[in-house]
Amino acid sequence: MRQFAQEQGRRPSITLPRRAMPAYKAATLQKGLPMSFPHRHLLGIEPLSPPDITAILDRADFYADLNRQADKHNDVLAGMTQINMFFENSTRTQASFEIAGKRLGADVMNMAMQASSIKKGETLIDTALTLNAMHPDLLVVRHPQSGAVDLLAQKVNCAVLNAGDGRHEHPTQALLDALTIRRAKGRLHRLSIAICGDIAHSRVARSNIMLLGKMENRIRLIGPPTLMPSQIGEFGVEVFDDMAEGLKDVDVVMMLRLQKERMDGGFIPSEREYYHRYGLDAEKLAHAKPDAIVMHPGPMNRGVEIDGTLADDINRSVIQDQVEMGVAVRMAAMDLLAQNIRNARAA
Amino acid sequence: MTLHFTNAKLIDPDAGQIITGGLTVSGGKILQIGEDTAPKGADVIDCGGQYLAPGIVDLGVKVCEPGERHKESYRSAGQAAAAGGVTTMITRPDTDPAIDSPEVLEFVTRRANEAAPVNVVPMAALTKGRAGREMTEIGFLMDAGAAAFTDCDHVVTDTKVFGRALTYARSLGALVIAHPQEPILSKGAAATSGKFASVRGLPAVSPMAERMGLDRDIALIEMTGAKYHADQITTARALPALERAKANGLDITAGVGIHHLTLNALDVADYRTFFKLKPPLRDEEDRLAVAHAVASGLIDIICSMHTPQDEESKRLPFEEAASGAVGLETFLPAAMRLVHAEVMDLPTLWRAMSLNPAKRLGLPAGRLQAGAPADLVLFNPDAPFVMDRSSLRSKSLNTPFDGMRMQGKVLKTFVAGNCVFEAH
Repeated sequence: MRQFAQEQGRRPSITLPRRAMPAYKAATLQKGLPMSFPHRHLLGIEPLSPPDITAILDRADFYADLNRQADKHNDVLAGMTQINMFFENSTRTQASFEIAGKRLGADVMNMAMQASSIKKGETLIDTALTLNAMHPDLLVVRHPQSGAVDLLAQKVNCAVLNAGDGRHEHPTQALLDALTIRRAKGRLHRLSIAICGDIAHSRVARSNIMLLGKMENRIRLIGPPTLMPSQIGEFGVEVFDDMAEGLKDVDVVMMLRLQKERMDGGFIPSEREYYHRYGLDAEKLAHAKPDAIVMHPGPMNRGVEIDGTLADDINRSVIQDQVEMGVAVRMAAMDLLAQNIRNARAA
Repeated sequence: MTLHFTNAKLIDPDAGQIITGGLTVSGGKILQIGEDTAPKGADVIDCGGQYLAPGIVDLGVKVCEPGERHKESYRSAGQAAAAGGVTTMITRPDTDPAIDSPEVLEFVTRRANEAAPVNVVPMAALTKGRAGREMTEIGFLMDAGAAAFTDCDHVVTDTKVFGRALTYARSLGALVIAHPQEPILSKGAAATSGKFASVRGLPAVSPMAERMGLDRDIALIEMTGAKYHADQITTARALPALERAKANGLDITAGVGIHHLTLNALDVADYRTFFKLKPPLRDEEDRLAVAHAVASGLIDIICSMHTPQDEESKRLPFEEAASGAVGLETFLPAAMRLVHAEVMDLPTLWRAMSLNPAKRLGLPAGRLQAGAPADLVLFNPDAPFVMDRSSLRSKSLNTPFDGMRMQGKVLKTFVAGNCVFEAH
């Protein structure tokens, strides 16, 4: 099947057929009946329970299918306003949230916050209150400081989605990773998953450790000790500083971006030594299970943390699928939060 | 005027005991303790079996004059102190501008005398502008009344400058107070490294930075023979170094803030900036080790580290928010937690809160004996209440204890025999 697709010159989807969905759940999804998601905001993975996570992923499966149709609209956010506030540069996440909002029929506005009022000395809270007065329904926020999105969420009365705060959390990234894994592996439990690279500066790693841990997977962290957060061993993960040892028999290899812009300097001797010891290539990947998949949250540094050929290897890499699932997961999260808003208004 | 306190439990930190009886005050000084018969013509105060102790001597209070009077003035800080049973505030020079010249010190002393109902003893900066480059006029400042010299939380990184300042201070018998911290390791840190900081993704400093700073300072004291006090020792790792230095006969004492004795890193929870302190709150193991070091006398002094911050400087993302918490009014109830948790008894606590700081600065306060100033606090150690920060007398309301259940209420505070606070 896959070979056939390659011969035809089309990019195959390596996603395996999903588990059959129970009929009642399929019906719920199709009709768009409210599923229970008892949260006002999506600030992180930490407050979510396994059923909450499953609820988002099930909904996202529906949107992943919708996104492959010619008509991608499901206007559950019609009449609602979504504001994307990015206090830190982002192309991919912002585009993903924007497309997600538009496909759900929301009025989407983007604000590049570095360029605006922050320069004029306005505080985060004042900016939030100003926007709040314009009655948005969904606020998507990225901020370079840990906890800033939590702070903002306390001051507004709309639903806040965390699009990444400092080194703290990036929940939609962890959810899209989970969805990608679930679709590729057919399950999201009892998998052995390696997260490799700059764990210390990575919010993606933190959210993923929490999500995959909650779903009862075995997590291995691999990276130089200078890029490991302190006492990370107490999170119920195994820590390795050697790729060959750490990747042994894993089902999923998750690479992280070497965040050069976050480096205070001197965490690693050089890029080439890092690539030699921690860059993922076919040789190192051979220690993992033969059907192990390779993931990367992007943007990639080819030749620093991952070999370019491997990243493009359609038999192993699900990096493009991650991007696709990103839109679906964000649609699902906004849909569920919007249902809560609507229910609250009706009540 | 003669005043007699009857039916009291008297806490004598010097003797380390609690005596049941009375206390007589005359001419602003204690006349006698123990005897419970009022002299003729004396006003009698019935203590109702509650505790009467020397007023708290709080080493390291920040009053934001000059510069930021909207955060705390001598009037508001003085009233807060009186309500908290603090009868002597030893004030910090980390104002804006810093208290680094006799002229500024005189301004501060004048303001304090006009406005504060409690004793105010000012400290001065060790280096000009607390910049760590040139020493201040230590001699003139001492003449003007500076009780000690400190750059507060600024570490004098240049060991040559610090060494010379210590040598010069020694020649005048001046006490130098420093903040033991490795400044480069702790740069930019908002939390103590560990599991909690890792979960929250906060830039963190290893507790080892404190020991490194203390080790350096100890070496400099050994070199110069200066009189030294470490403002806050908050980690278990620093204690053996302190113990060795004391055993070697160096003139060193150490303090700790009440917040580090009663709270730990987990209290920060969802980035609550009122819990952002400098140094950051530590792990529970550190908190316990330090509390027991106070009980054993290794750490000499407990202070409130009263640091007023307005709402604007706290309503920010955690990393950006200002450090510090107000502590004058919550000092006594917070300290009662140590007593109720049976870490130490009341005389031991008063030794650290009142007697030791007074001794270290050469003040006559902090004692319950004939001839000592009648600076007294009458309190009920068990009275429960829920802390409401809007009830504070400080201009800044940044207390981490807001909404917490506490025990211990100040009933009356006396300075030189005059009642400066009475609870309703």
